[in-house]
Amino acid sequence: MKSSIEKARTGDLIFLNLTRTFAAFTLLVLFAIVVSLVWSAMPSIREFGFGFLTSSEWNPPAERFGALVPIYGTLATSIIALIIAVPISFGIAIFLTELSPVWLRRPLGTAIELLAGIPSIVYGMWGLLVFAPLFGEYAQPWIAKTLGQIPLIGNLFTGPMLGIGVLAAGIILAIMIIPFIASIMRDVFELTPAMLKESCYGIGGTTWEVVWRVVLPYTRVGVIGGIMLGLGRALGETMAVTFIIGNASIFINYSLFQPGNSITSALANEFAEATPGLYTAALIELGLLLFLITVVVLSLSRLLLHSLDKR
Amino acid sequence: MTLLARRKLINYFALTLSLAAMSFGLIWLIWILWMVFEQGIGALSLRLFTEMTPPPGVPGGLLNAIVGSAIMVSLGMLMATPVAILSGIYLAEYGGRTWLGRATRFVNDILLSAPSIVIGLFVYAIIVAQTGKFSALAGAVALGLLVIPVVVRTTDDMLSIVPSTLREAAFALGAPKWKVITKVTLRAAKAGVVTGVLLALARISGETAPLLFTALSNQFWSLDLGEPMANLPVTIFRYAMSPFTDWQQLAWAGVFLITVGVLTLNIIARIAFRPMRGH
Repeated sequence: MKSSIEKARTGDLIFLNLTRTFAAFTLLVLFAIVVSLVWSAMPSIREFGFGFLTSSEWNPPAERFGALVPIYGTLATSIIALIIAVPISFGIAIFLTELSPVWLRRPLGTAIELLAGIPSIVYGMWGLLVFAPLFGEYAQPWIAKTLGQIPLIGNLFTGPMLGIGVLAAGIILAIMIIPFIASIMRDVFELTPAMLKESCYGIGGTTWEVVWRVVLPYTRVGVIGGIMLGLGRALGETMAVTFIIGNASIFINYSLFQPGNSITSALANEFAEATPGLYTAALIELGLLLFLITVVVLSLSRLLLHSLDKR
Repeated sequence: MTLLARRKLINYFALTLSLAAMSFGLIWLIWILWMVFEQGIGALSLRLFTEMTPPPGVPGGLLNAIVGSAIMVSLGMLMATPVAILSGIYLAEYGGRTWLGRATRFVNDILLSAPSIVIGLFVYAIIVAQTGKFSALAGAVALGLLVIPVVVRTTDDMLSIVPSTLREAAFALGAPKWKVITKVTLRAAKAGVVTGVLLALARISGETAPLLFTALSNQFWSLDLGEPMANLPVTIFRYAMSPFTDWQQLAWAGVFLITVGVLTLNIIARIAFRPMRGH
């Protein structure tokens, strides 16, 4: 007969291996994603090679595919989103950690966190049906008159004022990632030891000086990590962009008013209807590119955030 | 101007900007929620829950989409939650410091924010391309893969903050480790783990991208897991993009349902977690 110690030992062994198997499974998922995408994209990788990255031709009937337009759309919308969202989120984080009356901090912080959880399809639909018509009628003419007159960057703000387009998609994306980046920045700012801040206040520093000279230098790594996390989110965001970017796979010029296409919107719109073969493979290769870019961005952000936690 | 006056001026200027940023952020978000509630409540009717998705020009509801979403979301949760909780247990209780533990934790953090549309592509490649058709099962698997990282992370975090004195006390009574974990630490962390599960549920309820080319959508009533199945997010996407106002009305109603559902789940998750914070 087995002793109870032996029984306990078998139980332990089973439980350890059970949990270990599932942990390994999580790890395997990442490799399975990469392998299966590379495998499915193979026809397109063989056919176009590196030319896939530099060609702006996207012609399904002729089976000629190049990723330049969607790559431009993805990068342009994400950069616009960051340019708008980073300063705003920084302001919100300062407000939540230093400025707000204490009784308002929790409700406002919770509201921001809840808003970060709203599905992106809500932002996308609001963008298409509410924001875009107003944007095309009022904001775009004004932008063309002001920013459009500046030499060099002026060309970015010319063209048809349809409401939808790369710029509008970038703005919706910004609205979407503001709560996300703001709540990370707030968490990171709160890691600053109170002692450090109080010593700055103690020698007569203003609130702004405390934020700019003490909190920000102390949390710099974490702030950058949070921004990169937001970038990762913006790059891979599908619905908020697909609704409003205009889905034009022909490249006219670099103007941000033009309708465009991002990697995610190309996939969302075309994949289910694509003919199997080269077309599907080219779309999967787009997805693979997106995945590799976001994995690099997200890894960097995790490393940065982690190095702040360790301190 | 004296130095002090200048410093004060810069301070006021910066703090005003911070206040402006806060209001700027809130205005957009209030506007969006306002529109969703206004348009959504206007489009609500009993029909939504009793009739199928209609062709344009015909009145109808969202019954098949609501049921389809519920089926795929629950199936995804059922498949993924046990896997995720067990691997979370491994990370917190056994191998957090081994190479497998470190690598899993890192990869899990990346999967947590990886683009959900890529998960859809992956499931397409391993299921849809192999079976040759879009299916509700593929949709459920894609949603399940999105649940795993959320639940692994919260289980890991929540088990890690259980005081080790609890474990030591149980060990001192001679309990084997697996019993200590299941009867003591997991119980102590129960509220936190439940929070993670609820947050994951909230996340996948609104996910559209991974369903676009796994479950696809379906105009009709179908409970067959091997066939395309209607679901709320993809239906909203199609109807909102259409030029027909009655379809757009249904899309607003759908978006309203999803927003209210997700906000409610998030709030419940917070309330569930509150007792933990009290310790």
